[in-house]
Order: sequence, then structure tokens, then C-alpha cells
Amino acid sequence: MPTVELTRHLYRFFPSLENRTIRVPAGSVADIVQAVNEIAPGFTDYVLDEHGALRRHVNLSINDSIVIDRKTLSDRVPEDGTVYIFQALSGG
Amino acid sequence: MPNMILLGTRKGTVILERSNSTWKPRPIEHAGIPVCYAARDPRDGTLWASLDHGHWGPKLSRSRDGGATWDAVLSLKYPEGARYIVKYLPTPDFDPDAPVGQPEYRDAIVYKIWNLAFGNADQPGRIYAGTIPGGLFVSDDGGDSWTLNTPLWNHESRGGDLFAGEASSENRWGGTPASIDYGVFEPGIHSIIVDPRNSQHLHIAVSSAGVLETSDGGLTWTGRNRGMLNDYMPNPESDWGHDPHFVAGCPAQPDCLWQQNHCGVFYSADGAQNWKKVSLPDAGVHFGFPIAVDAKEGRTAWVVPAVSDAARMAIDGGLCVARTTDGGQSWRVFRNGLPQAAAYDIVLRHGLDVAGDRLCFGSTTGNVYLSEDRGETWQTLGHNFPPVYSVRFG
Repeated sequence: MPTVELTRHLYRFFPSLENRTIRVPAGSVADIVQAVNEIAPGFTDYVLDEHGALRRHVNLSINDSIVIDRKTLSDRVPEDGTVYIFQALSGG
Repeated sequence: MPNMILLGTRKGTVILERSNSTWKPRPIEHAGIPVCYAARDPRDGTLWASLDHGHWGPKLSRSRDGGATWDAVLSLKYPEGARYIVKYLPTPDFDPDAPVGQPEYRDAIVYKIWNLAFGNADQPGRIYAGTIPGGLFVSDDGGDSWTLNTPLWNHESRGGDLFAGEASSENRWGGTPASIDYGVFEPGIHSIIVDPRNSQHLHIAVSSAGVLETSDGGLTWTGRNRGMLNDYMPNPESDWGHDPHFVAGCPAQPDCLWQQNHCGVFYSADGAQNWKKVSLPDAGVHFGFPIAVDAKEGRTAWVVPAVSDAARMAIDGGLCVARTTDGGQSWRVFRNGLPQAAAYDIVLRHGLDVAGDRLCFGSTTGNVYLSEDRGETWQTLGHNFPPVYSVRFG
């Protein structure tokens, strides 16, 4: 099952995700994010906008590759993959 | 008079409490998160903060125990199919007479929850939220769920019903520079006034569109910009495109409405049917962002004058507050207790409030000042707050 790694900033809002390994079933990035939302309700509101696209200042990568499809999150996550969700730094 | 002041700041929510004639700040809430607006619902004492996360989207936070604990509120979301016609910042070669091209549509996303307003006592769960890009959201359950007011969203002044298909009219709403932080140039609703006499009657103000009124609880909306003068537009008296920075009303005399506009201070004695420019530039009363109105006497209002739009800071390095008691025919300027040298503060649109004889304002320089005598003399509550976005008595 894929692993999900989060920026520690998100633990502030979802403390139940801290100090644990997050493993969810393989699928598309959309499936992965939704699976995290089931563990921590409200999670999708923080990383996705109301149309299901990644928020402008959020990055998501599969292993070390930034996802291509930010709009529908159709990229596939392999069984042994790791999804990283972190801020898109834009200066400062 | 209330003994609580809520500050929405660049680094969180600051609550000041009055005890033994002294105002003391509590430890900051929402530390590190920009809070663009914070207020207390006078009906049940619930505290609200609008969080302006840089990365995670706008969120509302609510406390039902006086600020001891806060909980996240379900995010406001535009419904599927909510679109708007994109606007771009005018370029130097902008030709207002050029033919209007094909509209460019964009799916709506909530960028900022700019303002909250609370219903009257006969609507105990009713809360309003104004957003960038120009949505009015309504809750009837104390903020647990929110619905977009579609008659306003579909107003003919912004292209008509885009849920149904193509635009049926031109989009006359401009964008607000406040939206540029989000990489867009969209309008924003920053003022929501509920008529204390009639919960079906509201005024809202939009940067940059103007003032709108509903008398049927939001089913229909009418522009109320007669008398407004938009100095920088080809037609200063156009129906739309005005830039109220903030609009406030008198609770005891709700037909008395005031606005600090980009182009001056305006007053209406007839519920926004007609506006009259009441600036006094020689006294510095012209440009600024906030305005506050006395709760009982509708002809009395306060502004914090600033250098005009090109500079947006205190005039000649000195802070002052101006008060009128005669509907803007005359203004008195007060400086006692405020810095008069090397002050470059600007007070944003929600950064001034009045409660009885007390006034308070906060600046983006992190200075907060309080008056106990209707603005005539001032004391400092602090010089080192984060940049202040909103000040509201609780």
C-alpha cells in the first residue's frame, strides 16, 4: 500500500495524522487524498479547492515526481509509492 | 459598553479585555495564521475568525466558550457550475470604448472570506459571509452549513445566470486590488448591513462594483449608486464600477448609511437611494478605508483620513481621526494622543469600530489606539501587534 507523507504544518489541523505511518490503498492521487480524508475528515478542504483541484499553493509528488494533473488528480500511485503533500513555496 | 476587542491580524486573533480600567491582550489565538476578520456574534457571544491561510484555503474558526477553544467550521464552497466572467487589471493602453470581446469564464473558488455579519434576533442562526470573488454566503444554522446567494451571483450587472449558460449581459463588476494577492483580479464583498427593523432588508458593498440592496431577503438585488462619483473612470456617475472601501449604517436610524470610498466620503440619509459626497479635502477628509457610525445618531460618523490612493498612509506623517455630527457638512479632526511625527500607518477597511463612546482602531504598522470620549483623545493599547486587518468590539 502507498505511504502518505505530509508537511508537519498539516498536523496542526489534523493531529490524528501525526506520529503514525499513513498507508492507504493504491489508486489515483484523487483516491489517495480521499482515503486520507476518511482517516481525517476535512483534510481534502485543506489541500483541494471546491472543484477537486490541488490548491494553488499546495504541491503533491509521487516519490520525487511532482504530479502532472493538478486538476483531476488522475496520476496513478504505485503500490510501493510514497505520496508527499507539502507547501508550494512562492518566496520569502 | 463592551469590554472586549477582537483584532484580526497578520499573525492571528488577538483578544483584548478590559479589567480595572486597563486593556490587556490575551495570548494570541490562531498563532501564525493571517486573520482577515474577527468578530463576536452579539446574539449568543460566539466568537468568529476568518482565517486567510496562504496554502490551505480560507477557513472559518468559531469559539463558543469565549475564546478558550476554537473549532474549524465547514469550508464555504461554491456550488458546481458557479462561474464568473474574468476581469484583468486595466493596462495603460486600456480603451474603455473598445468593443467588448467574448467573455472568459472561470469556475469560482473562495479565495478570501472577507467579512461576516450576523442576523437580527428573529433569525438566530443567520450569518452572512462576503467573499472574494464576490459571493454572499448565508448560513441559517449558526455556521454549520452555508449556501451561496444565487440571485446576487447571477445578477445582470455581472453577466446574468452563468449556471444556465452563456452570459446574457456584460460584467460591470471590477476587481479589487485586494484579490491580487491570490493571483486574480476579482470583486470582493466586504460590507454587509442587515436592517435592524427588517431582516429581509440588506445592503452590501462590493469592491469594485458599488452598493446593492435587497428588500426581499436576497431574492432580488438592486444597485444603489446614485450620487456616487467615480473620479478615475471615464463616466464618474456610472451605475457600476464604484469602489466603496467600507459601508456602515446606524442601527437606530438605519436609513443613515455612510461609505468611505476610494473617491471620498459619501453619506446617504435615505437608505442608499441617493448618496452625497461629503468629503472635506482641506481637512484631510477624503481618502481612507474604514468608517464607523454612531449607534444612535445617524449623522455622526468617524473616519481615519489617509493620503490618497497613490500613497495610502497617514497624512504628513501624523495620525488623526475625523468626526462629523451633522451628516458630513462639517468635520472636526482629532490628534490628541496619536503620533504626529514619523507615522506612516494605514488603517484598513475593517480596522475601526465604535461602541458607545469608545472607538478603537488598528493599523498595518501594528499600532492600536483607543478613545473613551468619542474620538477626541486617544490612548495607545500597543505598538507591537502584527499588522492589523480588523478591529471589532465584542
